[in-house]
Amino acid sequence: MIAALLLAAATPNLAYTQLRDPAQEADARALMESIRCLVCQGQSIADSDADIAGEMRALVRGRIAAGQTPRQVRDWLVARYGAYVTYDPPLGWATAPLWLAPVALLALGAWVARGSFRRRGR
Amino acid sequence: MTAEFGLAALWLAAALAVLQCALATLGLARGRAEAFGAVRAAAVVQGALVAAAMAALIACFLASDMSVALVATNSHSMKPWLYKLAGAWGNHEGSMLLWVTILGLAGGAVARFERRLAERTLMATLGAQAAIALGFYAFLLFASNPFARLDPAPADGAGLNPLLQDPGLAFHPPTLYAGYVGLSVAFSFAVGALVTRDVGPVFARAMRPWVLIAWTFLTLGITAGSYWAYYELGWGGWWFWDPVENASLMPWLAATALLHSVSVLATRDGLRAWTVMLAVVAFSMSMLGTFLVRSGILTSVHAFAVDPARGSFILALLVLYIGAALVLFALRIGTVRQGTPFDPLSREGSLVANNLLLTVILGIVLIGTFYPIVAAAFGTQLSVGPPFFDSTAGPVALLLVAVMAAGPLMRWRREDGEALLQRMTWPIAATLAAGAGVFVLAGPIRPLPLAGIALAAGLAVASLAPLARRNLRRAPLFLYGMVVAHLGIAVSLAGMAASTAFTRETLAAVGAGEPVRVAGYSVTLDGVRPVIGDNWTALEARLSVLDDDGARFVLRPQVRYFTDPVTSTNESAIATLAGGQLYTVLGAMGEDGRWQLRLWWKPFVTLIWLGGALIALGGILSLVGHVLRERRQRRPVASEVPA
Amino acid sequence: MRRWLLWLPLCAFGVIVAVVAWGLYRPADRTVYSRLVGQPLPDFTLAPMVQGKPGVSSADFRQGTPRLLNVFASWCVPCIAEAPHLMTLKAAGVPIDAVAINDKPDAVTRFLRRNGDPYARIGDDRHSRLQLALGSSGVPETFVIDARGRIVKQHVGDIRAEDVPILLQTLAAAK
Repeated sequence: MIAALLLAAATPNLAYTQLRDPAQEADARALMESIRCLVCQGQSIADSDADIAGEMRALVRGRIAAGQTPRQVRDWLVARYGAYVTYDPPLGWATAPLWLAPVALLALGAWVARGSFRRRGR
Repeated sequence: MTAEFGLAALWLAAALAVLQCALATLGLARGRAEAFGAVRAAAVVQGALVAAAMAALIACFLASDMSVALVATNSHSMKPWLYKLAGAWGNHEGSMLLWVTILGLAGGAVARFERRLAERTLMATLGAQAAIALGFYAFLLFASNPFARLDPAPADGAGLNPLLQDPGLAFHPPTLYAGYVGLSVAFSFAVGALVTRDVGPVFARAMRPWVLIAWTFLTLGITAGSYWAYYELGWGGWWFWDPVENASLMPWLAATALLHSVSVLATRDGLRAWTVMLAVVAFSMSMLGTFLVRSGILTSVHAFAVDPARGSFILALLVLYIGAALVLFALRIGTVRQGTPFDPLSREGSLVANNLLLTVILGIVLIGTFYPIVAAAFGTQLSVGPPFFDSTAGPVALLLVAVMAAGPLMRWRREDGEALLQRMTWPIAATLAAGAGVFVLAGPIRPLPLAGIALAAGLAVASLAPLARRNLRRAPLFLYGMVVAHLGIAVSLAGMAASTAFTRETLAAVGAGEPVRVAGYSVTLDGVRPVIGDNWTALEARLSVLDDDGARFVLRPQVRYFTDPVTSTNESAIATLAGGQLYTVLGAMGEDGRWQLRLWWKPFVTLIWLGGALIALGGILSLVGHVLRERRQRRPVASEVPA
Repeated sequence: MRRWLLWLPLCAFGVIVAVVAWGLYRPADRTVYSRLVGQPLPDFTLAPMVQGKPGVSSADFRQGTPRLLNVFASWCVPCIAEAPHLMTLKAAGVPIDAVAINDKPDAVTRFLRRNGDPYARIGDDRHSRLQLALGSSGVPETFVIDARGRIVKQHVGDIRAEDVPILLQTLAAAK
């Protein structure tokens, strides 16, 4: 796997070059927008001039071009850097309250509003 | 001398705030009406004094008086005058002084012009306003004196963060602060009304102009900030769901909800408790926002002047003011008489839905912004960003847009479902037509932008509907305000959705004379040359652009190098064309001597900020409309019963 | 209005203040650590960076002695600061291998001539591929690899004088 990556390094600099296949580039682009730059102050690797952000873009494009799915690439990065590296927090025990919050808020709001209608509606 | 004058004025203003607060408390507790005049006078003079202090600070910056520590650390004598001026609030101390200045001026204006509200309620309001100001005076005078001197004075200043050396800085912070402070006035009104249990239409009408002012400024501030980030950061993004952006969005969401509930209270005497609650929430969000920006507890692209110690002070003020107001709310609001009842399907009902959805979005943004801190407390490091906010707040916002389209077409108190559907025929047709049209012309795109474009079309039609079959010259100005603001939302939404769905990107390494294509444009690098600016040097590329219809123009993106302090920035060059913007950025030179170019074609992207400007214009029209009408109504019958 | 509902805003506010105060007074460590600590070193083979010194591969770390893997670059300023401490470690008999990130042979040779050469091997990681595969987010960083090729510790940032004994201890425990 690593050997394949090292070979890929010989091809044009994917940090600043798009993939030929527009569908693959669109996948890579969407993924890059959701990967957090490791050394920046809260920017995605798609929006950063930092060197390592460039290398990460190259890695994402390289792997997508090699046929991996965006999900596989993301999981590979998360396995190395933890959930910090993705702006799309993976669903798990630690993030369940976060992902459930919108639904809970809607339900609570609807309940409060409905209560006041019924009493006032008479 | 100027600095000492400013400091003296600041101390005097603080003393007057103490007086104002004490007199109001005394007047209320003892029922002494003669205190009222003194409270009013104190508020006006306090406003004048703090404005004088701010003027003194600006004078120090314009004169580049390097013996003032704040000037020395944040300015440089070689800077253009606009940045010297803006430098006065481009730092912590100065921005806090600006905040309290606007607060003082607003308090003075309330004291001078407010005539409807009962004396006791107004006295309580001015007392609360003085209490808020007092916290910030204490902060300035004891913890961050903007007028401190340096001895000996340095030869020259340290300069201003290059990212902040932009006309945006002159405009963006004062606008946001004016918005935050407007919300503090609304908060003071709410506290005043709670103290005297005087929550009703009169209170709502007195508060409404301030909410409108605050909301208009916040809208302008966010719009300007978004455009500033868009052209300055150099990657073509206009909203990043960054903590600092969220910090300005949250008060706006609360203010938008408040704006709508206050009109229910003013016209139908409903939603009393909720309106008071929202006024408290809105101000707490603006304080929380200030805290977030200043404390640096969350990392942000836009962070500046970060210092945890200052965070403590703002946090203490936040706990004090908002905690006290919420306790007062819980104790008092139960004794406020309930408002007029209404049916779920009615104008009021739609406004309740509006408030509910806005509050849910606010909750989502709040939780998403702070969740990384909660997770870190439990030992998990994670990031919450665009994918989360887009997929949660996005759909709720689109639902809100649907409510926004239908709401103004409903009757007060009770609406008939079939009649409503009939009135909604055209908006629904427009939604379906736009959705189908995009699908046919552009093929399948992601669902959220597709729904955005479709709903934007529907909302645009629906927002104009209240003017249909009306005499346009006799329609009240505030109705125009609503129409324009809602239309602005539709325009902005269309811009967001279309630019998200249809942006074209070209990244290329080019040598001189090699053309590259992006969308319908062919871009050729003619050359790169050094240029020298006021306080920077830069490499500037000359790009010849040829569009498919044969028109030519030139763009000049730069990489700027600053020496005070040493940094470089990408200055994008943007061409605004009929269908959108061509956004070009010059990158680094490669080993082979070719230059990196980043080119984007962003169709309809300008609509985002045009929409923002329309929304703000709607706020202004509405404000003027309401103020004019109140004046007209006040003349014949003295302020007795609200019509 | 239900009575208890009126206190709900105050409770919610209390929670927000608690969260915010926690963030302010117990600021979380913002260093991004590698998740691979405790796991085997990923497979890799890097070409030699400078003449006369071999490149690095993952097989080199399974020879029965614990080793350090230092991630560095000639353009990195803190790397100069940690160079004397790496020399101390070398003098104590610690085998140190290195990966040079985004670097050129000439620049590395010059760097080693000026700051000393503590390395047994130096691999050329021209596009940070190995760095990313290791879960490393900057230079310098140092990984302690045990006798069987497992990563037992990641040191982020430059090695200071006080870190040397800690690293020696970790290495002794990694036999």
